[in-house]
Amino acid sequence: MNILFFARLREQLNTDQESWHKLQDINTVEDVLRQLQARGEPWLSALNNPKLIISVNQEVVSANHPVTLTDEVAFFPPVTGG
Amino acid sequence: MPEMVLIQTADFSVEQEYQQLRNANPGTTGAICSFVGLVREFGDRPDIQGMFLEHYPGMTEKCLYKLIEQAKTKWNIHQAKVIHRVGTLHVDDQIVFVGVSSAHRADAFAACEYIMDYLKTDAPFWKKELSADGSLWVEAKASDQARKHKWPSAR
Repeated sequence: MNILFFARLREQLNTDQESWHKLQDINTVEDVLRQLQARGEPWLSALNNPKLIISVNQEVVSANHPVTLTDEVAFFPPVTGG
Repeated sequence: MPEMVLIQTADFSVEQEYQQLRNANPGTTGAICSFVGLVREFGDRPDIQGMFLEHYPGMTEKCLYKLIEQAKTKWNIHQAKVIHRVGTLHVDDQIVFVGVSSAHRADAFAACEYIMDYLKTDAPFWKKELSADGSLWVEAKASDQARKHKWPSAR
């Protein structure tokens, strides 16, 4: 599973992506978030944002969306282009 | 016509884009409407020197193609093109181009505004304002959501 971070979130976490080669106790995006936040700061605060947008395979989804090992999951702040 | 969605660091020529739209459907094009967004010197803060623009490669293009397809189902348009720049831009630089051609002006006007309104709220781009005081990510605006929701069947 590839996990991507963009914009302010990318800066807060000081990384733009990571790859997970096996999944343990991961069924939904919520489980991914929980494992990332278990690392403590800055993950805990940066990902604890009700405005955070989640996408799976480049489609916006809610946190209860299912995920598998081959998915591309991304977390980002509200968009501000144009 | 070449690619209808371009994400690029390079500037674009409105004249060149206009001529492509103009020549794409000979005999049946009665209207071309275009929008260009520029970098202002004021944003969330005064004295902006420039912008840094980031996007989600792949998802951004997919989203913009989807907006063009949606516009084509709503209005009778011939062509629609979107160009969005990324990277570092300065005050007065061009950021975004939306151009639409159609037989009649109402379709081109509406589709151009629709694509731009949805680009603002749905396409994964992020802007950071650069000023002498440092840089700051731009906050999403409620007014942009409101503009999108004026369209019937807005999600």
